[in-house]
Amino acid sequence: MNILEVLGSIFTASVAAATLRLATPYLFAAIGETFAQRSGLLNLGVDGIMLMGAFSAFYAVLMTGNLLVGLAAAMIIGGLMGLAMAFISVTLKAQQGISGIGLYLFGLGMSELLFQTLVGTPKSIQGFPPIYIPGLSDIQFLGIGRIFFSQNILVYLAFLSVPVSAFIFNRTNFGLKIRAVGQNPAAADAMDVSVTRVRYATQIIGGVMAGVAGASLSIALLDVFQQNLTGGMGFIAVALVYFGRWKPLGVMLGALLFSFVNALQLQISAVGIQIPPEFSTMAPYVITIIALVFAGKQSERPTALTVPFQRGE
Amino acid sequence: MGFGNYRTPHSYGYVMTERSSPHAIQSLEMRGVVKRFPGVMALKGVDFDVRAGEIHALLGENGAGKSTLMKILYGLYQPTDGEIVLNGTPVTIHSPHDSISRGIGMIHQHFMLVPSLTVAENVALGMKSGRGSMLDLKQIAKALNELSERYNLKIDPKRPIWQLAVGEQQRVEIIRALYRGAALLILDEPTAVLTPQESDHLFTVLKQMAAEGHAVIFISHKLHEVLAISNRITVLRDGARVDTIPTVGATKLSLAEMMVGRPVVLEYEVPPPAAEGVVRLKLEAVSAMSERGDLGLREAALEVRGGEILGVAGVSGNGQHELAEVIAGMRPAVNGKIIINGAVSTNITPEVLRKRGVAYIPEERMIDGVVGKFTVAENYVLKTHGEKTYTRGGLWLNMRAVANACRKAIHNYEIKTPGTDTPIKNLSGGNIQKLVLARELAENPGVLIAAQPTRGVDIGATEYIHRRLLDERAKGTAILLISEDLDEVMALSDRIIVMYEGQIVGEVVRGAYDVRHIGALMAGVTAEALEDSA
Repeated sequence: MNILEVLGSIFTASVAAATLRLATPYLFAAIGETFAQRSGLLNLGVDGIMLMGAFSAFYAVLMTGNLLVGLAAAMIIGGLMGLAMAFISVTLKAQQGISGIGLYLFGLGMSELLFQTLVGTPKSIQGFPPIYIPGLSDIQFLGIGRIFFSQNILVYLAFLSVPVSAFIFNRTNFGLKIRAVGQNPAAADAMDVSVTRVRYATQIIGGVMAGVAGASLSIALLDVFQQNLTGGMGFIAVALVYFGRWKPLGVMLGALLFSFVNALQLQISAVGIQIPPEFSTMAPYVITIIALVFAGKQSERPTALTVPFQRGE
Repeated sequence: MGFGNYRTPHSYGYVMTERSSPHAIQSLEMRGVVKRFPGVMALKGVDFDVRAGEIHALLGENGAGKSTLMKILYGLYQPTDGEIVLNGTPVTIHSPHDSISRGIGMIHQHFMLVPSLTVAENVALGMKSGRGSMLDLKQIAKALNELSERYNLKIDPKRPIWQLAVGEQQRVEIIRALYRGAALLILDEPTAVLTPQESDHLFTVLKQMAAEGHAVIFISHKLHEVLAISNRITVLRDGARVDTIPTVGATKLSLAEMMVGRPVVLEYEVPPPAAEGVVRLKLEAVSAMSERGDLGLREAALEVRGGEILGVAGVSGNGQHELAEVIAGMRPAVNGKIIINGAVSTNITPEVLRKRGVAYIPEERMIDGVVGKFTVAENYVLKTHGEKTYTRGGLWLNMRAVANACRKAIHNYEIKTPGTDTPIKNLSGGNIQKLVLARELAENPGVLIAAQPTRGVDIGATEYIHRRLLDERAKGTAILLISEDLDEVMALSDRIIVMYEGQIVGEVVRGAYDVRHIGALMAGVTAEALEDSA
């Protein structure tokens, strides 16, 4: 087999389609986390919320057979966990790094406990089916129809969240408040913006989106639930926010980079190339660290990140 | 005290436009305001009032309670006791929301602007938009341009704040308050960041606003400004009102006495330098980076002789900070040479510099000067704790020797502290600064870098520090005095250099000091242009 054939067997349309699919959980979680971080809140518990979201969606679908009920369950649980995090970070002014890790461990343990008690044995469900966009999904050229127009609803929504969130940040009153609260909460407060309310709102948005990110795994991509289903994706999502320099477009590029590495890794093992699997499993994390080193200083960086606000200080 | 005689010099010619004065404030009174912080009584029952059409100055030393009183009026603090009466009706102000909606605007000492946002975005922040939840920056920009023209306050609505000089940022704050319909404007030490010319311009704008029926509260500790701009003056001392007097008839000396509570010296006799000393500090084309990542100090060259005070004037952020730190060994020089007592001392550690006789009074004493939680004694030996006198066999500290030395310093420098083992952060700014001074002068330095030595320090301590600096000068120390307070620089220095955008743009010698001239250099007008216009 010559090198071109090898490359040809790796970079296929199916890898491209898998890249978009696998980007979905990263995107939901990281765009949600962008809301929180732009307002000055660091939530390291994203992965925990994703696990709880994944389980609740899976369980709701298992019980009702209704995918929308599953999605709603993930959103509600995610939103509640976001609310809890907001209460800890904003109202109680706790150390965000530590409380985030606490939230993650809670989600990790709780989702497994619930799974063991309520479900017990591995089961699979019927997840969101692909939606073939009429006309476009038939485009054969470069596999475009298959890559872009034959995905399930959550994949489309994840990518839609990018321009929508960029619009909110840059063009709306709410977005202006988020940016101001993350950069100079004292100034926002003096201008009659409630720092508390804005931060609760962004943290709840972040929670809801992390919940959906988990649901996208359990009821759209993998259609199963198991212990630690996310495998640390939530942490990568937090890193992606730094990587993307707090801009939705940058976050999306980061998410695509990671999901591409993930997709490649699956394909490489499928083709049967002899690379120890540990290397390809490590790759995303190594890239994360390198990306963080180079992320450096940025004007969009919320300077009040992780700093609780106290009026008059 | 009768203010029955007081008459507002301006007619109540109200100019009602759509936005500028929707909230009529005829009078505002604060009665018996008390504010208690844990362990401190910041305000002890203060009465204060302001009327439409007047500029009322609030004068007092740092810590007298001026800012606290105004933060209560603006809703940032809640009073422990007392009431606020607006147009004859008692009101409660829980938050900035309440004060803004009643027509009160405040220009804070630390500007309340978001650096990454544009001027228009900063104005839009917290306001209802004409387009629902969408921002309407175009409409705001238009209104800002109108206000900017009307008050002759130049601003560009589209530029981000971080690109603006401090003077421009202040204009943004003022225009924002006007846009929000402030009928009463509170300005907290607004001239601290301005050149003399910019201050004059600000005064013109404030007088125009008062003439249009706005009420203005002007917080300051600078006597000449208060005399120049206000109609009435209220003096606070230690959280209590000393008196409220009409400005007409007040003098610098009478005001200073009210502030301090005893007669004070406002001018010093600076004897001519003794013999011409040797050059102790010399800089040759020294450049250094700023925190922003650009060259904050560019090719600075200067010489200071023993027995001489070289003053450095300039608006904050024009390279003075970098200059002080690069000499003190706290910031690397990217090129050039620093020569101390004839020895090249570029980019060597503060420890070695200390041994070569360099002492440093840093600008931010709570960050670079002392460790707040350490005791007075520990802070006193921060630099010298490794010396034989303070250790047993070089291994552990001889706490008794440390305490004894510190007690001596406390006595010599008249430092008010409960003891040597009090955490230093519990002391007043003036006393902390005196301890820093005691520590820095303990080793009889040959070169002293004094950066903003009296910032945030009360008049009594300021006077003391000034006298000590003059004593050091008499002893033959070469002193570099960096200060944003032009009066201070002019009172003490033998020569003054002026910094603008990281460069030394001019030098003036004692006898030729002229505020207009130095002010123009501070604003970036070149020496040549000045001569041409003369």
